[in-house]
Amino acid sequence: MKINILKSAIGCLTATGFLFSATASYAEDTLRIVSWGGAYQKGQSLGIFQPAAKAMGITVKEDTYGGISDVKLMVKSGADKFDIFSSGAGSCASGAAEGVLEKLDYSVIDVSNHLPGMYSDYCAGADIFSVVAAYNTDTYGEGKGPKTWADFYDVEKFPGTRAMRSKVDAQLETALLADGVPMDQVYKVLDSEEGIERALNKIRTIKPHIAVWWSSGAQHAQLMKDGEVDMTTGWNGRFDVAKEDGAKVAYDWQSGIMDWEGYGIPKGAKNKDLAMKYIAEMMKPEYMAEFAKYITYGPTNKKVYELGLMTDERAKMMPSHPDNAKHQLTLSTEWYSKWRTIAAEMYTEMMTE
Amino acid sequence: MTIAEMEKPNERGLQKVAANERLTFFGLTLPYLLMVTALIVIPVGWLFYLSFIGRDGSLSFENYERMMKSKAYIRIFLTTFKISILTTIICAAIGYPLAYFMSQLSRKWANICMIGVLIPFWTSLLVRTYAWLVLLQKKGLLNNMAIEMGLISEPIKIVHNTTGTLIGMVHIMLPFLILPLYANMRAIDKDTLKAASSLGATPTRAFWTVFFPLSLPGLLAGLLIVFVLCLGFYVTPAILGGGRVIMAAMKISSNIELYFSWGAASALGVVLLVVTGIILFIASKLVSMDQLGNR
Repeated sequence: MKINILKSAIGCLTATGFLFSATASYAEDTLRIVSWGGAYQKGQSLGIFQPAAKAMGITVKEDTYGGISDVKLMVKSGADKFDIFSSGAGSCASGAAEGVLEKLDYSVIDVSNHLPGMYSDYCAGADIFSVVAAYNTDTYGEGKGPKTWADFYDVEKFPGTRAMRSKVDAQLETALLADGVPMDQVYKVLDSEEGIERALNKIRTIKPHIAVWWSSGAQHAQLMKDGEVDMTTGWNGRFDVAKEDGAKVAYDWQSGIMDWEGYGIPKGAKNKDLAMKYIAEMMKPEYMAEFAKYITYGPTNKKVYELGLMTDERAKMMPSHPDNAKHQLTLSTEWYSKWRTIAAEMYTEMMTE
Repeated sequence: MTIAEMEKPNERGLQKVAANERLTFFGLTLPYLLMVTALIVIPVGWLFYLSFIGRDGSLSFENYERMMKSKAYIRIFLTTFKISILTTIICAAIGYPLAYFMSQLSRKWANICMIGVLIPFWTSLLVRTYAWLVLLQKKGLLNNMAIEMGLISEPIKIVHNTTGTLIGMVHIMLPFLILPLYANMRAIDKDTLKAASSLGATPTRAFWTVFFPLSLPGLLAGLLIVFVLCLGFYVTPAILGGGRVIMAAMKISSNIELYFSWGAASALGVVLLVVTGIILFIASKLVSMDQLGNR
């Protein structure tokens, strides 16, 4: 009993110690980085964050966060919780529009070998991922499930339950592609409330078959693993990891919608200069190649391919591989900065009907 | 010495003592009052103020206008109240007989039952919610067992919808109803029931005319706690509702993410608070009239 009390007392003390260290560690050689947790951050941590920190001789502390809104609330309330965050390009653009991000210094960060468009003033691109239509291979058979978005929306040819995201991001595009809108016209059609409504109406046609509206990548991977739904929209890498764990899941690149993720710095970050150097380090092709071993998200730095840092077999699994990329729509960050709020409210209205 | 002074010989002294006593009591409540003011009244007031601030920082009603424009908000509030009321009713239907049963047991057995109530209460809410997900999902334990036993041929949908949300929420809320109710029932003098019997009342009649009215304060306290906690519930409906049950707390969080302003979110909180206040006010009127009728 006594030992137990002692143990828990020590536990409490160490816990408080952690709390203090988390709030009061702006040591010169320490950076705090936040990302999305799960299989994704595991890959980042093992492939990029910790090796890059080791190479620079600094300490990098990791945590998870809830997205760009956390950055905005943190900066606006004057709090100081992290120096770098990992974020989708669209979210980063909206953070930049609100003026809560530091402009990245591309004289420090080398992006000369980046694929075109895979970095912005406020976000240094790190990996490329795709939103795909994944299906259960037990239900439909390997290679016999829905290949395109038109298949995903065809409940007669492919009966079964579906899952879609509870947020609007990368969902309306699927509806328009299924409706026969050519890839280069999707964002033109969506550029009005009528266009958004058209996409929503398409989703309404399959709404009785949508069993779950997922809210995180871990969740949609779990839904496929458990066989809770027969098909879902979601991020390709999560499905590949689930498949390695034995999940009966497959997807076809014809349904891909390509997007990229990068690193940003919140305005007023204590260790801004070091953060800039650290991002520069993380842009090196070795780290991106290492990261891609853990999860199938492709490198933004084309040197990875040129230097042969990735096997051909692995490269073909990446969304950004030319054979895969040619089928895919690239997500428009401009459209999201203009329409996201309006589209999100309309999407919620459709969900609650 | 006047007559009045003779009748109340030490009135001035008594008044002084009473005044001192009041001061002492006030002094004792002061730390709590300060805490409530600093931690609740001021922040809530601040959020109330922010709900009237528009995106450009000026005074405006845009956060409230938005709620009028989109039907989603009304539906979300209706869902919130529907789920909260249903959870409260089911909790009462399950919790009342259980608390009654426990109150009739000997102390020893009642305590053992109480551990059964308290252990889930001490377990993390998240763990219990995910446990329900594992049990209730399409290929979960419950559906698999029912199919193997031949009760059903196709898995039934008991999670990722209102049913699943209610199951999870009732499980989590039940102790909040049972604890005050059981304490109240324990305190009821059993001799009153014996007296009713000796006057010729059947056990049923004795229960309804004597025991039940005496247990009402505990029941009402429990109902109120459960109902109010349900209104702000986030985790369980978010996980077990599968996105098909959207409650106010979830929309508050998504509005922060969508508009990046406290105002857009706090306006929802203000509406929820006001509507809840009105409902509780009406309920308190109805209940007190009901109690008068009983007397």
